[in-house]
Amino acid sequence: MAQLYFEQLLNGIQLGMFLFLVSAGLTLIFGFMNVINLAHGSLFMIGAYAIALFHGVTNSFLLALILSLPLVALCAWIIEVVIISRLYTRDHLDQVLATFALILFINEGTTILFGRTPMFLDVPPLLSGTISLFGVVSYPLYRVAIIGAGLAVAIFLWIIIAKTRLGMQIRAGTTNRETVEQLGVNISKLNTIIFVVGAMFAGFAGALAGPLTSVEVGMGENLLILCFVCIVIGGIGSIRGALLGAIIVGVVDTMGRAFVPDLLVKFLDPTYASGISAGLSSMSIYLLMVVVLVVKPTGLFPIIRS
Amino acid sequence: MKYTHHTRFLIGCLLALILLPWLFHATDSSYLVSTFTRLIIFAIAAVSLDLLIGYTGLVSFGHAAFLGVGAYTVGILSFHAYEETTFLGLPGTLSGLTAIPLAVLLSALVALIIGALSLRTKGVYFIMITLSFGQMLFFLFVSLEQYGGDDGMMMFDGRNTLPGLDLNDRVEFYYFCLTWFTLFFLFCTRLVRSKFGRTLAAIRQNEDRLSSIGINEYWAKLQIFVIAGIGAGLAGALSANHTEFISPDITHWTRSGDLMIVVILGGMGTLIGPVLGTFLFLLLEEFLPLILHSFGFDLLSEHWRFVFGPILILVVLYAKSGLYGMIFRKGG
Repeated sequence: MAQLYFEQLLNGIQLGMFLFLVSAGLTLIFGFMNVINLAHGSLFMIGAYAIALFHGVTNSFLLALILSLPLVALCAWIIEVVIISRLYTRDHLDQVLATFALILFINEGTTILFGRTPMFLDVPPLLSGTISLFGVVSYPLYRVAIIGAGLAVAIFLWIIIAKTRLGMQIRAGTTNRETVEQLGVNISKLNTIIFVVGAMFAGFAGALAGPLTSVEVGMGENLLILCFVCIVIGGIGSIRGALLGAIIVGVVDTMGRAFVPDLLVKFLDPTYASGISAGLSSMSIYLLMVVVLVVKPTGLFPIIRS
Repeated sequence: MKYTHHTRFLIGCLLALILLPWLFHATDSSYLVSTFTRLIIFAIAAVSLDLLIGYTGLVSFGHAAFLGVGAYTVGILSFHAYEETTFLGLPGTLSGLTAIPLAVLLSALVALIIGALSLRTKGVYFIMITLSFGQMLFFLFVSLEQYGGDDGMMMFDGRNTLPGLDLNDRVEFYYFCLTWFTLFFLFCTRLVRSKFGRTLAAIRQNEDRLSSIGINEYWAKLQIFVIAGIGAGLAGALSANHTEFISPDITHWTRSGDLMIVVILGGMGTLIGPVLGTFLFLLLEEFLPLILHSFGFDLLSEHWRFVFGPILILVVLYAKSGLYGMIFRKGG
């Protein structure tokens, strides 16, 4: 039983890492530019399609991954310059709508290019198989690699934000844009950089997700809503909050799916229990978010704006 | 001047809507009555959302939740009437005199709970918490396996019954919906012009100032949230009757997105705008594929969203006052 818990906990953390990779960009973009980008999930999808496409051509996972990231960056750059840059001074309503429309466009465009049939990718041979963890459970190596990649990105981001000049500008810009601009920092260039980097994290996550799920239109939106839950729980704009929120959401969601059904069967008629437990475990993270927001209306680690 | 122009336009529209079934009958295209019934039902929900977004500045991203509550109330009652079983010890019913008021009442109750919790947050957090509540209801409906779960359920006994009215008749149902729409629209018009309406406008403009002059803005926001929930719940109940089919799709988050789109497309904070927006949006959805097809863009006619997305972005970026602005500010 302890083994099962441990395995599910790892699954939860692994989901959390995906969520973190997508949430990191989302929360940076919101924190720095005050923009809600619903189309961020589309970049996740673009990453997944890119790796599926390049994998078909090169037959190498690593090469495909390396080729995918510039493609995602290019798409993100176009999106930023053409649409997002016009939304910085608009209110949240306009941002929600314009990026919602962008989702319609990107999804439909992807359908035109790739059709409606999902694409599948194999786990790269080097990372297939399982690994024995702490002598307790044997766990798929690929999933361990994902957890590692997520942690690496988290550390990388922390170094950038806490230790470099760029990070200093980002932190300052989040607190007070005008002052930073007055001091001679090119804010619009910084906007583009942050957007493209955030998009690349999402694309990276999408590429890694390729072998685990089917690559299909709409895969980004389901994840996106979960990511919103993460960053809202963590406090929008805070990377630390996004990491914590992502792990909490990942673990709660996975644990809920794994153990709520068993728990409910003890109290309810089995014919009802299966349906209700599916619903309850899907609802659990939203319940969690509501509880967090009711207690702390700006999330766990709110950023301070002046 | 604008006022009379306005009223004339409204009366004209209403007359057109009243005469529409005759027109369709005369041109042998009665199936369009059903299309317009759908437009009118959706317009009720859009107008109710405009009370929140346009008049109070509350960007609710979970409005479809109330559509779901209304629709499922009607659906579940009909289901138990058909099966002759009970729900929590209560019998099902097909009577519109019970089902529709109950749908509205439950929507109000759910709106009260969601509103009471959500309105503690502001700005982007409010957008996200309403989205979350919408998702919660969506998954709740998905989990109701007895009522079809993912696939939804049919109303096997047909539409609700009312004394002296046959809702299963296409035209009578159209007028039934049109009546509700007109009543709700008039109610909203009165509401936004009342003292309460001015309180809402003040909340939109400057919430802090309002609380500092001693008005309880939380309470006002909660009231309008419940009223909007009632509107959407009514639309949900009518929609269930219209399609005689209820599925969790009605509470999908993209449905809430659609509602926001029509409010903006038409022009928010105008009541008429969302109605125009609904008509344009749903008619485009219906006819844009055909139009594109007739111009020879076959590929795009199947993928009309590929065209619609950019149009919408342009509207958001450059035509903020929407259709309403085009009709009343430039021409009038």
